[in-house]
Amino acid sequence: MSVDKRLLPADGETAELRRLAVYEGRGGYAVARRVLASLTPAQVLDEVKAAGLRGRGGAGFPAGLKWSFVPKGDEKPKYLCVNADEGEPGTFKDKYILGHNPHLLLEGIILACYAVGIHVAYIYIRGEYEMIARRLEEAIAEAAAAGYLGPNVFGAGFALNAFVHRGAGAYICGEETALLESLEGKRGWPRLKPPFPAVVGLFQSPTVINNVETLANLPGLIRDGAAAFIALGTPKDGGTRLFSVSGSVARPGLYELPVGTKLREIVFTHAGGMPPGRTLRAVIPGGMSSPILRADEIDVAMDFDSLAAAGSMLGSAGVIVIDAEASMLTILKKIAAFYAHESCGQCTPCRLGTSWMAKTVERLASGEGRPGDLDGLVRVASNIKGRTLCPLGDAAALPVQAVVAKFRAELEAEIERAAEGRE
Amino acid sequence: MSAGLSDALKIRSAALAAHYPRKQAALLPVLHAVQAELGCITPEAERDVAALLGIKPIQVREAVTFYTMFRRRPIGRYHLQVCDNLSCGLRGTGAVLEHLRRRLGIEPGQTTADGRFTLTTVECLGACENAPCLMVDFEYHGNVDPDTVDKLLDGLV
Repeated sequence: MSVDKRLLPADGETAELRRLAVYEGRGGYAVARRVLASLTPAQVLDEVKAAGLRGRGGAGFPAGLKWSFVPKGDEKPKYLCVNADEGEPGTFKDKYILGHNPHLLLEGIILACYAVGIHVAYIYIRGEYEMIARRLEEAIAEAAAAGYLGPNVFGAGFALNAFVHRGAGAYICGEETALLESLEGKRGWPRLKPPFPAVVGLFQSPTVINNVETLANLPGLIRDGAAAFIALGTPKDGGTRLFSVSGSVARPGLYELPVGTKLREIVFTHAGGMPPGRTLRAVIPGGMSSPILRADEIDVAMDFDSLAAAGSMLGSAGVIVIDAEASMLTILKKIAAFYAHESCGQCTPCRLGTSWMAKTVERLASGEGRPGDLDGLVRVASNIKGRTLCPLGDAAALPVQAVVAKFRAELEAEIERAAEGRE
Repeated sequence: MSAGLSDALKIRSAALAAHYPRKQAALLPVLHAVQAELGCITPEAERDVAALLGIKPIQVREAVTFYTMFRRRPIGRYHLQVCDNLSCGLRGTGAVLEHLRRRLGIEPGQTTADGRFTLTTVECLGACENAPCLMVDFEYHGNVDPDTVDKLLDGLV
């Protein structure tokens, strides 16, 4: 039932894994030390490519492939940006790595930087995680004092410095090019691609941007090899995932399970199923941006391809469970309000469309619904989708369309009740 | 440069700027440090930060107004930030918010007359495993209900 905890402290473990001595006592930094002493960067890159490690932030792009787009040579400095912005509603996984197992992340950073030839890493962490940012800085200081970061990592002649950089409350900065703008001290407005960050990124230099969980997978992947990594999950999507389970469920929490675990098993076996007296109505499988699934659609495997085939997304693997007592209109309202609040304002379809959707749903909830409003919502969403620089437009449109398509009867009944309440 | 920022803050800002090849990149970290010391980011502080980092004041203003965590006006002694997103909503954030409204006599976005509390609703704080959750300044509190919120507020001096 349970799998070995690769990314988190083991069940019942009380020692503070965030301390360097404890982490090393568990075999920590052995992989990075061995790699820097005995493997070439190309060998590390090949192993990660062979494993097909897919990005854990949301898009699922293969990490090794992303690294391979960075030009060879040292004409320009190169950078690693660690995406620790974790803003997708329903997602709280990176917080546990950052707060409880920060040296695992740092070891992953060393491996990634060695493979790509990077000597400076910035960890962009959401501003609200202020206390966790401080823990991370402590971990960096410990690692630097031990010679695991700094001018001569493990005495192997490789230089690497890591810095924590706090964001300041902007969901958009989880988008990789907005993150770069933000790191440069500007508003988080996404950039037009191409050029892609691997070629023109931070400070106009080649840049790799990887999610925290992606990097934290590297020590285990390199230790056990690509074949073992793939065997943990599915052939095209290996390893484990950290599933953040929240909402109307008996045991909300973080569950590390093989990629491809069935959504039903996550909700009903690991997270304990529904709270007493509640029945399941729907599940949002991959953070708020992922299209909602009905209760009869949760036998899907939780990997990128299976969820895409089911018309949704694995995204950040933030599983939000919704019971039959919840108001679907309220859920629609919160979804619409969120994207209206977080649209950066750069692209007109998203800036206007998200606030239009939010105002429409607000009106429906206040009892002033008009015939055709739901169709209007879907139409506005269609006019946002695919017409923006960055994925936030799609992220706003898809969940709204899915809720309307799958729960239209429930919404219409609620809109009618709201209107009757007003009369 | 006006006398706004303390010497300690200027030294801290210079240290932060040294992390980057361009000083402007230190803007968010420096603004966090300024806000931690002054409570908010005043127009004078914006000008001082601009001078420290070699950028225009408007570039600082752009960041201060874009990022929701930066404040241009002082707030109460304690900042109560209640998550109003999906997972918290499914587990009772509405009752918590209603209770805070009544107890404090203010709406989200307002500060109590005695200057002790500012109430804000915020988007997902990344603590849905402990929904509903809120923050008092930078401290997380999870699984809150009206009773625990009362105890929490009573414990704040």
